[in-house]
Order: sequence, then structure tokens, then C-alpha cells
Amino acid sequence: MKQTPHNLSKQGADDWAKLGKRPPEGMASMVWRRFRRHPGAMAGSIVLIILVLSVFLASFSPYDPEKSNMPDLKLPPLPRHPFGTDLLGRDMLTRVLYGGRISLTVGLLVVTITLAIGVPVGAVSGYFGGRVDNVLMRITDAALSLPALMVLILLSAILREIELPIFERNNVVTIAVVIGSLSWMTVARLVRASFLTIREMDFISAARCVGVSNSRIMVRHILPNAVGPIIVESTLELGYAIMEEAGLSFLGFGIQPPTPSWGNLLNYAQAHLTRHPWLAIFPGLMIFLAIISINYIGDGLRDAFDPFKVLEKTGEP
Amino acid sequence: MGRYIIRRLLQAIPMLFILSIVLFMLVNVAPGDPVTAVSGQRPRPQARERIKRQFGLDKPLPVQYVIWLIGNDWMRLDLDGDGIAESRGQRKGVLRLDFGFSFQTREQVTHEISDRFLNTAYLMVATLVVVIILAIPIGIISAVKQYSIFDIAVTTFSFVGQAIPEFWLGLILILVFYTWLNNPFTGEPLLPPGGMQTLGASFSIWDRVKHLILPVTMGMVGWVAWYSRFLRSSMLDVLHMDYVRTARAKGLVERVVLYRHALKNAAIPLVTMFALDLPYIFAGSLYVELLFSWPGMGRLYYQSAQNRDYPVLLAILIIGSAIMIFANLLADIAYAFLDPRVRYG
Repeated sequence: MKQTPHNLSKQGADDWAKLGKRPPEGMASMVWRRFRRHPGAMAGSIVLIILVLSVFLASFSPYDPEKSNMPDLKLPPLPRHPFGTDLLGRDMLTRVLYGGRISLTVGLLVVTITLAIGVPVGAVSGYFGGRVDNVLMRITDAALSLPALMVLILLSAILREIELPIFERNNVVTIAVVIGSLSWMTVARLVRASFLTIREMDFISAARCVGVSNSRIMVRHILPNAVGPIIVESTLELGYAIMEEAGLSFLGFGIQPPTPSWGNLLNYAQAHLTRHPWLAIFPGLMIFLAIISINYIGDGLRDAFDPFKVLEKTGEP
Repeated sequence: MGRYIIRRLLQAIPMLFILSIVLFMLVNVAPGDPVTAVSGQRPRPQARERIKRQFGLDKPLPVQYVIWLIGNDWMRLDLDGDGIAESRGQRKGVLRLDFGFSFQTREQVTHEISDRFLNTAYLMVATLVVVIILAIPIGIISAVKQYSIFDIAVTTFSFVGQAIPEFWLGLILILVFYTWLNNPFTGEPLLPPGGMQTLGASFSIWDRVKHLILPVTMGMVGWVAWYSRFLRSSMLDVLHMDYVRTARAKGLVERVVLYRHALKNAAIPLVTMFALDLPYIFAGSLYVELLFSWPGMGRLYYQSAQNRDYPVLLAILIIGSAIMIFANLLADIAYAFLDPRVRYG
């Protein structure tokens, strides 16, 4: 892999100018340049930005997401209620947007937890190797051998009954911890693989010769070079997490009503499918939109970070 | 090769053992005890004690685990609570394929599960057959005709198919094919909304197929999307290889080049991936079974989780883990078997 220095100082840039050359392109700008050329990724970004914005703007909705509103029961989609209303007269658009807040928050928290466990485990495992690596990787294997969906159901069924200070009855944090604790393994393996390759490179030997400490080598020298795959994997993980939360809540084991989430809105809609189909259509559509845009972004990032990938359409390096 | 398989099998045993301990603990630390779930309302203290003794829940957790694992027919139990161990234990333990009794139905878990397992397997095989029939040709054609309209449509579909939440797709399918569309001749809903066959009707293949269409469609979309995309990219990799060019240069017919030279090699990662995915396909059937009231393992697991039926939960979890481990093993073996470059010591 070609190394491009991506923390060029001002001094360095001047040196390049003296030589009459442009300084080599930094990683961030290369990735952005290539990412922009990926139509799917750009479209995905735009859709996701709109989704996130509207989810934040939900507070300005004139309707309350949880309080019932008797005169407006079971209205089909109309201009006044674009997504219709549910059996308690609550505006579905407002509920779907509030649900989006919950679902996206769970997704982001899961990614944070995944990284917080996966990166250190993978880094230590790949850098030190030997017995530490063996133990950590056996644990990773064991976690990967668990039937994930079933264990998720089990854990959230257990936690649904528990009142703890932070993990109160399957709130956002509980669900995120449950999902996160079962999804760090891919990141750990990925980080381990990158660390295994990079630690053999000459610049790491050089750093070791000058007496740089192990932890500093890991954080400052190896990690920045392994960041590409980690970012790509985190993006995809965000999609999985949103889907998993929706699935759990759909089964009734996730976020508990009256707090809306995309999944439990669908759970609620299931019983009224025949007579009030709009209750089911819109939350699912939102999950679909969020995940497809995230997947396209992930795809674009993967291509953008891959130094060997020649962009398909333009043939540009 | 033989030694490799044996070594891997031997490695799988301690893994399964450790997982069984973890899962056993997890299931049993669950708050809210099964006694309440079993007896409906709140039982009187004596009744509660009796039920606990009968189910073996009065013993410390490690002892419960050992009994669960190797049974208790070698020890005497005190079932009436008078301090004298009088009756011989009945359980044989998981190692002798006895998963105990269901708290809910008081039937043998093994018996309870075996029917359900067959129903899930039936659904899965049907789904997998459709996935293979659709995904392989789609993947090949879109790789061979890269950037054609068909390819663009397939690539888009593969993104769409992977982003559709399975359970939502199921709801929409029910809505369209059960609620909205009617059979023009009889006026009945076009397709049944659930079950494996029409209740009370005699066996007919057409009836079975009709009940399969929606569940299989719901289950397959994501996998067809995933595998056609996977095969497309591995076909594209292979088609740029030198040996494919050589094959063409020799003047071989394009069909032979594609199927004998390219596809055979492109299929290797596909087979491995397929083996790795098996447990997920198995687990994913949970949503299908719930939505279409399919009497399978996934639905049983869901109901047991609601009722805190520990023995059933544990049995399904252990079977699930065993399938996971077995699938990993299968993937490695398939890889070693199919690709002569891979040789394990």
C-alpha cells in the first residue's frame, strides 16, 4: 500500500512549492474527491441528510407524538396528516419522525459501542499477537458462534423486566448496549487484520527504533492507516443496527411504547393492517430509505478508500 | 484433509461447551421466575416451592447446569420437601439428547422441537431452492453483460432488496395479496395469510404451494439480492483472469468458457459464503414464521421467550449455536475441498 503523508505541516507544503510541485494529496481530500464521483453515494448522502434534518425538526410539529387526540381518530393520509393518524388520533408523521430520532440514536450508539469494543480488541490482538491474540480471538469466535438474533431476543426479554438506573425497561441505551455487545466482532477482526499487516511495515520498525512506545505506535502510527476499512465497516454497521433495532421492536422486545420507534410502530400496525394500512406503510418506508441511503454511502466510501479500485465509470485512479 | 476435519471437529466441542455454560447462565439469570409464568397467576408459597422442586429450580445454578448437561437419573431427589431424598431422577441430560421438559406444556422438549424443526427445515429448503434458482442466473447474466440495462436494474435491485426490512416486506405482501387482491373466480383472497395448509382440508400439493408463496417471497428477497450481487462481483473478478483469456484464445465456445472455466472458480467464494450464511437464513425465518403463523422453531422460540420457558429456550439456543459452529466448519471444509490451492496441515 502506498503511504501518503496526511499530516503535512505548513513547512512541508512550502518545501513542495520550492520544488515546483504540488504537495501529494492528503487522504481526506482523495477520499472526498472519489466519493463525490459515486452517484449512489451522493444521492444516499442527500437522502440521509434530509432524513436527519426532518427528524430534528420533528419538535416543530404542531402535534404531540404520544398524547391522544380524540377528534382525529384513524384518519387516512390527508394534507393535514400526510401519514394519517393512528387509533388514538396521533399524527403518524410526527410519530414516525420521533421514531426516527430513537432509531437513528440507537444506530449511532451501537456504532459507538461497536468501535469502543472492536477497535481496542482488534488492535491489541493484531499488534501484540501471541497468547493475547489467541485468547481474544477465541472470545471473538465464541461471540460469533452465538445465534445473534435469538440471543438479542433473549437479552432484551431479560432486560425488559429490569429497572436499573440507566437501563430502564429497554430504553435507547439498553437496546443499543444489547445490540452493540453482539456486533463488535466484525470490527475486531477487521482491525486485527489491518494491524497485522501494518505492524510489519518499515515505518513501524523505524518508529520502534527511535523508541516510540507501543501504545503510541498503535494509536498514532498504525490506527490512522487502518481508518479506511473501519469507517466503511462502521457505516454498514449503522445500517445493520437500525435494522436490528427495528426487528427487535417489531417483535415487541425492543423500545417499549408509548415511545415510538420505527420498529414498534410497525408492531403496532400489524394488528390493524387490513383496515388502516397506512400505519404500516410509512414507518417501513422510512427504515428502507434510511438503510438504502446508508448502504449506498458505505459502498461509495468503500470504493473511495480502496487504493486499488479504479473508479468504474470514469476510469480515474 | 481427513485429519484436518477431525481436528476442527475436536476444536468445536470445547467451544460448544463454553457457549452452553454462557447461554445457560444467561437464560437463568433472567428476572421474573418461570413459576409465575407456568401457574398463570401468583401461586401460594407452598405451591411455588413444590413447582420449583419439580422443575429442579431449587438447586444452586452450577448444580442445575450439571443436571441439565448429564441428567439426574444417578441421584435421588427430595420432591415432597420432607428432607428425605426419596425419588430417583428422571432426566438424562443434554449429552444424552434429553433437553428436559417444557415448563409450559410439560412435554419433552425434544419431542416439542422435532416437529417444529421439520417445519422450519421445510420452509428453509423451499426458500433456498428459490434463492439459488434466481440468484445464480441473475448474477451470471449481470456480470457477463456488465453495464447493460439488465445489469443496472440488477444492481439497483440488490441495493433495494438488502435495504427492505424483511418484516415490513411481509406486512406489505399480506396487504397486497391477501387484503387487496382477490381471486377473480371465487372472490376469495388471492393467497392465504398464514399457516402451512388450509385447516381441515385434505392434503393437496397446490394448497401447500399456495401457502408457501408469500413466506418464501418474504424470506428470499434479501438473499437473492445479496447472492446475485456477490456472484456478479466474483464473476467479474474471474472474467478478468488470464486463464479465461487463454480459454478464449484457444477458441473455446463462449458457453464453455463461462460455465466450465469462469463459473466454477467464481462459485468457490459463493459456496463458502453460503455455508456461512446458513445459520442466518435459519434465524431469519423467525420473522417469516411469526408473520405467517408458521409452526416452526423461530415461532416456538419467540413464544418461549415470552413465557420464560427456559428448557425450550436453551434447547433452541444450543441447537442454533451448534448450527453456527457447524456452518463455519462446513465453510472451511468446502473451501479446502473446492480450491486445490488451499491445503491445510
